[in-house]
Parts: sequence; C-alpha cells; structure tokens
Amino acid sequence: MANFETVEVSTDLLIVGAGFAACGVATEAAYWAKKNGLKVTMVDKAATDRSGAVAMGLSAINQYVGVRDGENTCEDYVRYVRQDLMGISREDLVYNIARHVDSTVHLFEKWGLKIWTDEEGKYVHEGRWQLMINGESYKIIIAEAAKNALADAGGELIERVFVVDPLMDGNKCVGAIGFSTREEKLYVFKAKATVITAGGAVHVFRPRSVGEGFGRSWYPPFNTGTSAYFTLKAGAEMTCQEVRFIPVRFKDAYGPVGAWFLLFKSRAVSAVGGEYMAVRKEELNNWAPYGLAKPIPANLRNYLGMLDVDAGLGPLYMETSEAINKIADEYKEDPKGYKKKMKELEAEAWEDFLDMTISQAHLWAAMNVKPEEKHSEIAACEPYFIGSHSGASGAWVSGPEDMDTPYKWGYANMCTVDGLFAAGDASGASSHKFSSGSHAEGRIVGKAAIKYIVEKGAEPNVDAAQVDALKAKILAPLDRYQEFCKVTTEPSVNPNYLLWRQFMDRLQKIMDEYAGGVTAAFKTSKALLERAMELFVYLREDSEKLAAEDIYSLERIWENVQRMWQGEAHVRTMLFREETRWPGYYFRSDTPKMDEDNWHCFANCKWDPATGEWEMMKRDVWNIPGV
Amino acid sequence: MPSFVIDEKCDGCKGQDKTACMYICPNDLMVLDMEKMKAYNRDPSMCWECQCCVKICPQQAMDVRGYSDFIPLGASCVPLRGSEDIMWTIKFRDGSIKRFKFPIRTNEEGSADPLGGYATHDDLNSEALATEPESLGLDAVPTVS
Ligand SMILES: Cc1cc2nc3c(=O)[nH]c(=O)nc-3n(C[C@H](O)[C@H](O)[C@H](O)COP(=O)(O)OP(=O)(O)OC[C@H]3O[C@@H](n4cnc5c(N)ncnc54)[C@H](O)[C@@H]3O)c2cc1C
Ligand code: SF4
Ligand code: SF4
Repeated sequence: MANFETVEVSTDLLIVGAGFAACGVATEAAYWAKKNGLKVTMVDKAATDRSGAVAMGLSAINQYVGVRDGENTCEDYVRYVRQDLMGISREDLVYNIARHVDSTVHLFEKWGLKIWTDEEGKYVHEGRWQLMINGESYKIIIAEAAKNALADAGGELIERVFVVDPLMDGNKCVGAIGFSTREEKLYVFKAKATVITAGGAVHVFRPRSVGEGFGRSWYPPFNTGTSAYFTLKAGAEMTCQEVRFIPVRFKDAYGPVGAWFLLFKSRAVSAVGGEYMAVRKEELNNWAPYGLAKPIPANLRNYLGMLDVDAGLGPLYMETSEAINKIADEYKEDPKGYKKKMKELEAEAWEDFLDMTISQAHLWAAMNVKPEEKHSEIAACEPYFIGSHSGASGAWVSGPEDMDTPYKWGYANMCTVDGLFAAGDASGASSHKFSSGSHAEGRIVGKAAIKYIVEKGAEPNVDAAQVDALKAKILAPLDRYQEFCKVTTEPSVNPNYLLWRQFMDRLQKIMDEYAGGVTAAFKTSKALLERAMELFVYLREDSEKLAAEDIYSLERIWENVQRMWQGEAHVRTMLFREETRWPGYYFRSDTPKMDEDNWHCFANCKWDPATGEWEMMKRDVWNIPGV
Repeated sequence: MPSFVIDEKCDGCKGQDKTACMYICPNDLMVLDMEKMKAYNRDPSMCWECQCCVKICPQQAMDVRGYSDFIPLGASCVPLRGSEDIMWTIKFRDGSIKRFKFPIRTNEEGSADPLGGYATHDDLNSEALATEPESLGLDAVPTVS
C-alpha cells in the first residue's frame, strides 16, 4: 500500500467544507463551543478565502426577507418557495432559514460587505428578495469572520484536505476520513458531531462545452457531490434527488440574467421574435395550480423556452437593446439625465458579470457586444445538483425544535443518522436559501450541533479495522497505477485500469444520453432510466479499477466516484417518481403529466451500508397551518 | 488555455514552499515547476476562469485567454485588486477599452468581528442564535404559533 503517514485529529465538532454554509456553522458554533469548552475543526479541500461557489464573488444577496422593515414575513417566503418548487418543499426548514436570514445579512454588512443603500439608507433591491452588493470579495469577508471566530475559540482550520468517507459507529457518525492534496498524508478525524457542508455537484452531466471550455459550467467544477456521497455512505435518508437545477443563462459563458430580467426589465424571445412567456401562456394551464400562480416557477419558465427550441424556433435571445432603449425613452426630455443613467446602468451590467462570471464579460468583449445595440443569446445550461438554489437535492434533516412539524427526530438539521448534520447544498427540500440562507442555515446547525454535543456527545468510538479498510480503499488507485503502468508503452491506455477522465467521460455519457442531459433535450423515460441503471452496474464495478499516477489524480478520482453516487441517486429517484413535475428541469416522456393525486409528496431514498441495497420511499408534504 | 502564466513575469513566488496561485486556486490547478521555478495551470479544461489566481499573483504574471471552444481571440478582462476596490480593464476585440472600478469592502481587511457588536446571550436551548434577536432588528425571533 502507498506509504502515507496517518494524521489523527480529535475534535468535538467537525465541519466538512468551508463554503458559505460551513462558515455560518463555524461562526455560530465557535461562540457556543467557547462557552462550553469544546473544540471546533473545519476542513476544506481548498483555501477558505476563495473556496466553493462564491469563489469569484457574487453581485447579489438572493435571500433577504426584510422582516425588520415590514417588507415581507417569513410566511411570505414559505409561500414563494412552495410555489417555485411545484408544491414540494420542507416548509419547516424554509421557515426556519427565513426567520434567521436577515440577521445573517445584517452581520455580513457589519463584517465589511458593501450592500447598496438608497438615499434613506434602505437596502437597494434587485427583486423582491434580492439585494444588490459590491460582492467581489464576498467569500473573503465571510471567511474572515469564520476564521476570526474559530481563532477566538481555539478552533482549528485545516485546508487542502479532501474528505472522502464518513466514519461510522453503527447508525452514528463519528468523524471522517480524507487525504492531503499536498503531502502524502491521510487524515482521520474523530468527532462527537460532524456537519457536512461540501456543496452540490456539477459535471455529473456532460457540459455543453467539451473541449477547453469543459470547466465553464455555471456551477463551479470544484463541487463534486461530496455532500451527497458522504450522507448516502453514512446511510442517511436523502430527499429530492430528482430535483436537479437547470439555469437559463447567457449562452456558453453562462453569465447571470437576473439583473437583465429584474433591473432592466428585459424580455426573452425566440429567433422569430415571439416572447415565449406570452406566446405559450396556455401551456401553463397544464401545470396548475403552480403554473397559474405568480411568480411562475423557474422550471416552467425554462420549459416554455425549451418548447420554442424543440419547435425549431431557437436560438433564444435576451432583448438587451430593446430594454435599454426603453429606459432611454423615459429620459427623452433630459439628455444629461439620460447619459448619467446609462453610465450607471452600464457599470451595473458589467459589474454583474465581473463579480460572478468573468467569462461572460470576456465573451462580450471578444465579440464586441454592445448590449444597447444588439441582443444576446441565452440557453439552458446542463443539469446541476444545488439544493440551496432552485434545485432541492440533499439530505433529509430534522426540523426546528420549537415548531410542530411532523419531521422531527432530534436536533435541528440532523440527518437520520445520529451525530451527522447537513446545511447549504447538502440539506434537501429547502431551496432558495442561496448564499445568505445557506449561511443562516449553517448558523442554525452550528448551535444545534453544539447543543447535541453538550447533551449527548459521547467520545467517538472509531473502529480501527474500519479505518484501515477505508485507508486501503482510498489509496488503492495509486497502487494500481504503479502495479500496471508499465504493461503498455503508453500508460493512458491500459487494459488493467481507467484514469479519472476516462471514467468521468463514461459517467457523463450515461447521464447525458439516458438521464435527460443536454443532448437528450432534458427528456428521459422509464426505459431510458432502466438502461442507465444497467450501465451503472458496469460503471460501479469499473470504479474499483481506477488508477492514479499522483495525488492530484487521486483527488480527481474520488471526486468522480462521488459524482457517480450522486448520479445513481438521481437516476433511481427519477425512475421512482412516475410523473413529470418540473418539466423545465427534466421531462419524463412516458409520464408527461403532473399527478397531484399520487405524487404530491417527497421522493426519498436511502442506501443501506449493511446490505448495499437501495430503498425508495414516499414522504408526505406538510404545509404550515394557515400559510 | 483559460488561465495562463506569463513566463517572463513569474518568479515562482521566490521559491516559497507554496506560491500564491497554488494557495488560492479553488480547483487545485496551479503547480510550480520546480526546475523552471515557474507556475502553470495543469489542466486548463477544469478551469472556471474565476481569476482568483490572477487577482492574487504578486507579479501580475497571470492572465486568462478565453476558452477556445467559444470565445474569439483578442479580448481580455484584467483585474487590479487593491485593499478597498478592484479596477477592471476590459479590452475588446476591436481594440476599444472600458474601465470600471468597484468597491470590494467597507472596512479594513482582517477586522470582521464575528458577533458584529450585537448583544449576545447564554441560552443554548432557545431558538435565538448568538446575536439574536438584536441582529434581526426585532424584539424576538419569529415563530409560527
Ligand atoms: C454561478 C452561481 C451564482 C450564484 N449567484 C448567487 C447570487 O447572486 N446570490 C446568492 O445569494 N447566491 C447565489 N448563488 C448560490 C450560492 O453560491 C450558494 O447557495 C452557496 O454557496 C451554498 O453554500 P454551500 O456552503 O452549500 O456550498 P459552497 O459555498 O459551494 O461550499 C462548498 C465547500 O465545500 C468544499 N468541498 C467540496 N468538496 C469537498 C471535499 N471532498 N472535501 C473538503 N471540502 C470540500 C468546497 O471547497 C467549498 O468550500 C450562486 C451560485 C452559483 C453556482
Ligand atoms: S502567484 Fe504569480 S509569481 Fe507566484 S508562482 Fe504564481 S504565477 Fe508565479
Ligand atoms: S482561473 Fe480559477 S480555476 Fe482557473 S486556475 Fe485560476 S484560480 Fe484556478
């Protein structure tokens, strides 16, 4: 076996990931840990300053309820999420996040984030729930508060360690195991409680660009399904694994469209000029009641555009010039005012790109795009797993303690496995939390996990044989490479093994063609999904034949094994749900209609670590009474 | 070739054990070639063009050449990140230039107080998080009755 040193880290609370949710956990947990003499350890595969989906920055805070100023209530937010997710959401979780998210935003402002304010000092909204920010350093600022909190409480931050598997003591999580991406070291974390906050997953599906542009997915290539893998392997129940997210964005560079739709009031049209939201309005009747209420769910908006593309009416365009000229018209009498307004709008439009999708600014510059003169193409991206955004996939977690929810088996946000908590993209059925809500959910977990440790925390009982088996499994690809690489004159083609990229290509081909990816126009069916399951058997077997020439390849291998598990959970759940509910995310051609009688419920799944069997189950949807 | 290193400008971060670009890349792409003492992007097709490496390089030795799949040649978006703001120089394919300057934070780096100066409490059993209810701007944490 490759000769890696083993580093043992003992802690009270372990946080896997150091993204937005994790920083929320760390900031809150540190406060309570210090009071109770406990230790908090946060571990990430990257540098906290720029890790995760907010690495580049963001230009908006997408969840702010505004309870303080009477703008909205938490109940309003619950209704909004229920509507957008076609009736399927964990309202207790959504409510819990909504009631804490404003304080997260107020803290962000104190920490140095520039939130736009108007003359009266009120936040400037992009939309009902969205606030405008100068967010280039958003992640750096939020990381700073978390790091300061950890330092103050004597906690520890470990970077550049890739976490692979949970450590289990029966149905209880007692830590995690991973490896350094810099040195030949394995890390064994022993913890009384563990939080998984390792983001969602991308590149499970084949992206639209497959050459050098392969990395330009809307969702960052660095979140690889660790959260789903970790919770599945722990034996935790998962929810909404079928609810992937497909954003419609400026084509290819995937630049944000929010400012164009919300601030500039731009229209999206087909190549023949029809505004698909108007032309295809009738179609919304088929998705009642959700299709007929406002705002129209994101997936249905996608779907109407997709129908245009299917009908040969593509490309789709964002009418940027029309929108800008309309604004100009308002200033007909005031050329000076117009010039000032245009300068403002221009800076806003470019900042929107530069703060969160620099490639889009680059693409516009490379094509000499002047948005005031010419429209720009938009398109549906490939599917992603991002439970914090408009998707919903994640772990099935316990509801808030003070609420009368039917989903309660202990501490807030604890999985169905003892001692394991989830937040952000890792927790399911609580969509539309975005950056601020993920952080707020992290804070909820930070307090709940410390409470769990104070009340129930026992010394972790870590089985040495389990650790040894995991060590051997994690490092096996390095040994395999050494054993066989000389068999052929060119080590990349070898009958004894697969390299990570070859394996990833196979996974993506299955997902793209059978599970409703871009080339399948987001359509799938029972027969196609069953075929995908047959192909998964080979893929799973071949995942034991992966070979790594170095630590970097080992990292990529484990990322892709994790992606495979996310992919399989997705395929199984789409197969289980015999209806089409989110047609703009995926369309089951054999069950093309929504079936409220039979499928107004959660579709959950679970993998049993003892038997290796999957179990699929329905769970009831509960609405907060009176909301 | 998404992010790239300009040979002439890179000094390998003066041979320190970790270079700035290696430290920061969220996808672990930057490596230092120990023989040449220059850094390079080991897998351009896994690059997000997030420019975290470009912004942090002390020698301004890094830049991005847009993805060859769909970005025509000739443009660039070059950041210059200071302690208070970031200045962008956007060069168009036709040679025209636009410049933008945006603030990045309102206070000094390192000064974020995790509790934000809000009043805190000791009750581990309540729904109120450490700084609540004051940080909410309310008298109590909302609940459904
Ligand atoms: C393109 C895009 C635009 C967005 N725009 C907005 C917006 O305008 N406004 C808004 O409010 N929200 C926006 N969001 C949503 C927001 O970014 C997410 O909701 C938020 O980042 C989720 O937090 P998280 O902690 O779950 O994941 P992340 O913040 O992504 O953190 C995941 C962390 O896990 C780490 N990790 C992953 N795998 C491992 C492993 N194996 N071992 C160790 N560590 C690991 C990663 O390095 C990372 O630090 C956007 C998201 C995307 C992708
Ligand atoms: S940060 Fe800049 S100077 Fe340092 S190694 Fe990287 S490219 Fe070279
Ligand atoms: S642009 Fe981003 S992903 Fe690409 S090498 Fe630089 S830091 Fe890494």
